[in-house]
Amino acid sequence: MTANAASPNHLQLTRDGQLRHFLTLDGLSRDLLTDILDTADSFIEVGERSIKKVPLLRGRTVVNLFFESSTRTRSTFELAAKRLSADVLNLDINTSATSKGESLSDTLLNLEAMASDMFVVRHAQSGAPHFIAESVTPGVAIINAGDGRHAHPTQAMLDMLTIRQHKGAFEGLKVAIVGDVLHSRVARSQIRALNELGAEQIRVIAPGTLLPSDVESLGCTVEYDMARGMKDLDVVIMLRLQKERMEGALLPSEREFYRLYGLSQDKLALAHPECIVMHPGPINRGVEIESSVADGPQSVILNQVTNGIAIRMAVMSMAMGGQVAERQQKLTELTERGQA
Amino acid sequence: MSALLDVDQLMDKLEAGLRRLLTERGIESPVLIGIRTGGVWVADILGKRLGIEEPFGKLDISFYRDDFSRIGLNPKVTPSSLPFDTEDRDIILVDDVIMSGRTIRAAMNELFDYGRPASIILATLIDLGARELPIQPDVAGQALTLEAQQRVKLRGPDPLRIEIQAAGQ
Repeated sequence: MTANAASPNHLQLTRDGQLRHFLTLDGLSRDLLTDILDTADSFIEVGERSIKKVPLLRGRTVVNLFFESSTRTRSTFELAAKRLSADVLNLDINTSATSKGESLSDTLLNLEAMASDMFVVRHAQSGAPHFIAESVTPGVAIINAGDGRHAHPTQAMLDMLTIRQHKGAFEGLKVAIVGDVLHSRVARSQIRALNELGAEQIRVIAPGTLLPSDVESLGCTVEYDMARGMKDLDVVIMLRLQKERMEGALLPSEREFYRLYGLSQDKLALAHPECIVMHPGPINRGVEIESSVADGPQSVILNQVTNGIAIRMAVMSMAMGGQVAERQQKLTELTERGQA
Repeated sequence: MSALLDVDQLMDKLEAGLRRLLTERGIESPVLIGIRTGGVWVADILGKRLGIEEPFGKLDISFYRDDFSRIGLNPKVTPSSLPFDTEDRDIILVDDVIMSGRTIRAAMNELFDYGRPASIILATLIDLGARELPIQPDVAGQALTLEAQQRVKLRGPDPLRIEIQAAGQ
């Protein structure tokens, strides 16, 4: 494994190429992404047992550090940690110490003093989990639960797991991501994952005002006309319209957006008949997606939620495993050096 | 050099031992569960020999290993699959080789997360001794003591071969 200082991998991988933090999909190989999906498959089986718990993180403490509100992501991270037998602390920082003036570094130092082993971080600022991973005590794993417009790697991986479950493989797949790509950290991570895993075509379908200027450089084609974009699709991923992040007039109106880019039965009929419909949630019915499509036979939106738990269990146990293996390796080296 | 053990002979002994034990205990409809990877191969053969028609279970103990805090997670974990309800069943737990006993401890911990079996019988093809835990097979094909540098290698599934290798092979 080569560790290029410019890539994020010197931070998120051990010398042997094992995960030790999970910050971004950038730089992660197809093999490693596949390992994550395979491990998650095994955790799906655990979720079907009468006792849905394994002892991997027994006695370890996981802190959910959410600087931005979230229901689904936080609760699935919490459930994932609990199913790994970890002790879980949920901190909603909006209502906590930072509002009393404590700095991020001080908050973290205090949490580390409570012998935490892992921080699951969501932050409105791109790069915040990366910053924390750089400064945190060795042995503590950082998982990115969404940072600014940058990345949401566990969401993208649970989407990949859902696609693999329904389509078997990525080769030959035509996938479209529709809607508010501009504000979406999910879209960036999805495009990255789909490219690495070998999808044939990745299209983004959106009005120009909701696309980042450099979007094609992420490795996708752009389509402004939804009817054209839907043709032959195997997978369509709808994005939530992030109204809370919009400044100024990016959209004429919600109704206009729905007419042009909302996923209705009529538009879905233009795709491959077995096309699956995905959405990271929360869905705005009648804004991005017609209710009957969201609840219809081609929708796998609720599978995505179930898969979210398994993916998060996989990433957390792999990162913790990388941390402990690395620590053990260093101890062995120190002992050997002491004996020499 | 690697020496070969006669698998058929070992399987004969294992089968005979299991038949005797099942009769002694009055167990009429046991189910087989093999521990990945070698134990699954042995369970497959045993099922045919014992005439157990119910499909056998496969256990991957990666999530239950006691060395996670030393080596991390096995990157090649596969899902366990138990195609039956274990509650109140008589289980024959099968592995290719028993040594420290740690794999069996992990396997039993995992099994109990599926339910409460009526009983568990442990069957292994080879018993290498060198136990670190108070766990013993009920039936073994053969007990074997290895030299310090020797290793046992099971290849399979068809044909199943057992080699005793010198270190480095």
